[in-house]
Amino acid sequence: MTDKSNNWQRETDAEGIVWLTIDQTEASANTLGQALMEELDGILGELEAQRPAGLVIQSAKPNFIVGADIREFTHVKTPDQARELIRRGQAVVNRLEGLRCPTVVLINGFCLGGGLELALGCDYRVADDADSTRLGLPEVRLGIHPGFGGAARLPRLVGATAAMDMMLTGRSLSARAAKKIGLVDHAVPQRHLQRAARELIRTRPEKKPAGGLAALGNHALVRPLLARVLRKKVAAKACPEHYPAPYALIDLWRKHGTDKPAALRAEELSVARLVIGDTARNLVRVFFLQERLKSQGDKKVFTPQRVHVIGGGVMGGDIAAWCALRGLQVTVQDRNDGHLAQVVKRAAKLYKKKLKKPRLIQQALDRLMPDKQGQGLAQADVVIEAIFEDIEAKQNLYREIEPRMKEGALLATNTSSIPLQILGEALSKPERLVGLHFFNPVAQMQLVEIVTTPDTHPDTAKKAAAFTRHIDRLPLPVNSSPGFLVNRVLMPYLLEAVTLEAEGLAPKVIDAEALKFGMPMGPILLADTVGLDICLSVAEILSKELGVEVPGRLRELVKAGRLGKKSGHGFYRYDKQGKPLGTKAGRGEYCPPDTQDRLIARLLNEVLACLREGVVSDADLLDAGIIFGTGFAPFRGGPLHYIEQVGQDKLAKKMDDLHKNHGERFQADESWLTQEGRAE
Amino acid sequence: MTDDEKKSKHPPQPRRVVHTVYVVDGARTPFLKARGRPGPFSAANLAVGAGRSLLARQSFEPGDIDEVILGCVMPGPDEANIARVAALRLGIRQEAPAWTVQRNCASGMQALDSAAQSIAHGRANLVLAGGVEAMSHAPVLLAEPMVAWLADWYKAKGLGARARVLRSLRPAYLKPVIALLRGLTDPVVGLSMGQTAEIIAHRFGIGREQMDAYAMRSHQRLAAAQDTGDLSEIETLYDTAGHYFGADDGLRRDTSMASLNKLRPVFDRPFGNVTAGNSAQVTDGAAMLLLASEQAVKKWRLPVLGRIVDSHWAGLDPTQMGLGPVHAMTPLLKRHKLKLDDIDSWEINEAFAAQVLANIEAWKDYHYCRNELHTALAMGELDQERLNVDGGGVSLGHPVGASGARIVLHLLRVLERTGARRGMASLCIGGGQGGAMLLERE
Repeated sequence: MTDKSNNWQRETDAEGIVWLTIDQTEASANTLGQALMEELDGILGELEAQRPAGLVIQSAKPNFIVGADIREFTHVKTPDQARELIRRGQAVVNRLEGLRCPTVVLINGFCLGGGLELALGCDYRVADDADSTRLGLPEVRLGIHPGFGGAARLPRLVGATAAMDMMLTGRSLSARAAKKIGLVDHAVPQRHLQRAARELIRTRPEKKPAGGLAALGNHALVRPLLARVLRKKVAAKACPEHYPAPYALIDLWRKHGTDKPAALRAEELSVARLVIGDTARNLVRVFFLQERLKSQGDKKVFTPQRVHVIGGGVMGGDIAAWCALRGLQVTVQDRNDGHLAQVVKRAAKLYKKKLKKPRLIQQALDRLMPDKQGQGLAQADVVIEAIFEDIEAKQNLYREIEPRMKEGALLATNTSSIPLQILGEALSKPERLVGLHFFNPVAQMQLVEIVTTPDTHPDTAKKAAAFTRHIDRLPLPVNSSPGFLVNRVLMPYLLEAVTLEAEGLAPKVIDAEALKFGMPMGPILLADTVGLDICLSVAEILSKELGVEVPGRLRELVKAGRLGKKSGHGFYRYDKQGKPLGTKAGRGEYCPPDTQDRLIARLLNEVLACLREGVVSDADLLDAGIIFGTGFAPFRGGPLHYIEQVGQDKLAKKMDDLHKNHGERFQADESWLTQEGRAE
Repeated sequence: MTDDEKKSKHPPQPRRVVHTVYVVDGARTPFLKARGRPGPFSAANLAVGAGRSLLARQSFEPGDIDEVILGCVMPGPDEANIARVAALRLGIRQEAPAWTVQRNCASGMQALDSAAQSIAHGRANLVLAGGVEAMSHAPVLLAEPMVAWLADWYKAKGLGARARVLRSLRPAYLKPVIALLRGLTDPVVGLSMGQTAEIIAHRFGIGREQMDAYAMRSHQRLAAAQDTGDLSEIETLYDTAGHYFGADDGLRRDTSMASLNKLRPVFDRPFGNVTAGNSAQVTDGAAMLLLASEQAVKKWRLPVLGRIVDSHWAGLDPTQMGLGPVHAMTPLLKRHKLKLDDIDSWEINEAFAAQVLANIEAWKDYHYCRNELHTALAMGELDQERLNVDGGGVSLGHPVGASGARIVLHLLRVLERTGARRGMASLCIGGGQGGAMLLERE
């Protein structure tokens, strides 16, 4: 007997087991939308009457359920709407949990958010042990926490520590790790999934919640203590004013523990409150901005296999290592064996962290070939130049490699400061040159600026964006203007920090102000990390082109050999492991009240100038670029969005005050006044 | 079918087509001296290190390779059929078969000979062949009584039974078996390879001073080759700890007769002459060559490094295995009607200085040639200025599975450099064999 609704397919086998298969129509992945939940509710109602021998839920797609349908979040406007949505979701999972027959869920691929919460409503969970299987509750990344019973059920099942770790970090687990903490009953090869389901239904083994030490954390006497530890851990990463969700989650668990009915109600209230809050709305906005960036590159237009990176410095080497990690065949060329050895060393470290299994690490290392002679050039589909910033050296290199490159291969430069027009002069076909501007550290910074000039062939830009998607980075098309987008916006902010330091503020005080705004790292520490010499050279280029004032303090430090983290001393001192010393700001340090405004105003002012000049094509892409390229406080939804939320008038007034008090560098960009270029 | 064949009463005889075998390119790793503990690279990593750059510079894709053959004497426990492991890691398509050959010290040359046969018989057009050995990773085994004891231990159930088994454990059981040392001892005649070198040195009256002088010259020649950049076949290796290895590191530029003279004999103690200084070093390394048919050379416009003309394998008394080269080279020269002087360049693997010198002496010795090599006259004197011109096993090491491929590759590079035509590569083989390969450049 087969029965098919829009998203669910139902089949009853000879043993009387109902096999319920999710296959969302017209979607590449299953998301837990309202329609899908309502259909499931209907089916569960029928099953209550039908009394089958067992129920198995599985997916027909490569992924089980990738999470909630985030678009539905944006329709929720009031707390009541939110509560209604959550209550209905909870009711469906409760109904599933209440079925009299044994229920099993078979998990493959992504089983995230609401998908995992649905799975928690089943008696047994069996996961495919393939590397592609990931189980997690990443809600916290969207400014909320699990609401379909996940927060109420998970701590009881796997113990408080493991559950809170999953929900507070949003980190996902492999099938094997999930088995270890008791999240799934079996992690087996795909060929055994159905057999395992039948066996569980036949034998109905006792369901085991977390025991022993894992259960201890849920005890009413232990919870307050553990909650305090957890709050402290969270506080090291995010403050409650910016990111309330993790704190709310800890609170509701501390209050209700494994008392399911109470916890479910608390969960409903808490998520309803969070989901309509600014943080969640802005983080949802960031999610869609990320999707927007992803859509800038179409993988289908170009499927590169081989990448040749020229220049085995930190950037070149890390770009090469990243490409090999993402499955491409990579050669990395450098004349210096020592550089190449460091490339392999850093790559090995990255692969160990990301891939864990020795076999996978070996495969990735095999794909990354140090190539002193440049043997990989002729076969490469993508050639990335990442040598030192010198016009003549780059031009000479292009003259040498252009005739040896494969027909149709992409030639990209990672320059951060040289206009592509100038570099293109050395090429017989300048239309094939494009900028692929990665950020340091490559493995963490998702954004890649796709830099084009009027000479660049549209296909070249498309290929560059496609390549960026193939290596799972976010492409942002920008014009080849000085500093492109990210460096140009970042630099005035960094220089203002340097100026503040020169005025006598402690570096840690300046950084603390930026952190209070929600920046992931203070500007002084950031400058030290990037390297003060590099900051200076970028600043000088921008100063020439855009008239940005370079504080003498920066030159002074570079001259004194204080280059930042790499030299062990910049604004901060560093210990042998490269950890900065004395970054914690105490109370009562000298800090003028307009410190934070000065930092942020210069950034916002530059953002408006970039939008007005059309460095990127629209406001959302600009916000996306600044968030993913600089780490700009994601919970604020981007700089332009921030301006809009605070109000232009209010911020323009601040600009005027700063201009009066601190001089010309606070001259407001003309778009403050005209209101043109505001987000549409 | 021709008209003649149609008329004939007999069916046509199947004619064996023999295709020419070209060597088109090759690469090797630096040879890294074993320094007590396992070296930075496993055998498979060495093979990949040599093969990866070699394949990267070709005009064809790794997927165009028809077959992979590697010589290896002692692959690691995770490297069963190491040729297949290397092939798949190098991105060679899974449809291309790969196999590993073992003929002790000549395994690398055996791989080339097997590859040449595949091409000559028309079974393959493009073969990746060579040899690899990570001697520093040679397994250390448990002694058999220990293995038996462990079996009892796992079987024992309960405290009493376990206590009984525990009592039967003897300290002697714990002594490990060093597979490398066992491998370098002939199991039939019970002699170490070094002892066989002592035997033939004694037979031809080769003294300590001659051995040491030969060893010193090997180091000097390698040093000169490194300085002039004549070892371009070496591909730098990079480990994951930030180190790189660009040259054979067994070279001792400060070697002198005085320093060699200080060394004590290793094998025949205390009166022998063969020392660590005049023997091949224990090393890790890999050498890989690309062999191609005429068709493949044309199809991908491959540069030809040389041609494998013929090979020969010979057996002899295991106690005198070091004389294997003359036993393998003599028939090969005869078959092609060549005199010693017709060979422009020689590579005879330096297992021991004494052993290379003994081969030279054997060819000069009328009685040896007549009685053992069955020639009418003495073969004559091999010109040492044409022999191992850039050093050999004594100075750069002898990773047993790899050396046979290394000497063929280097011989071709020497012929290319000197514009010469004909070369001979040969090795002695533990267990009493010799192998030789004749090469030519057009």
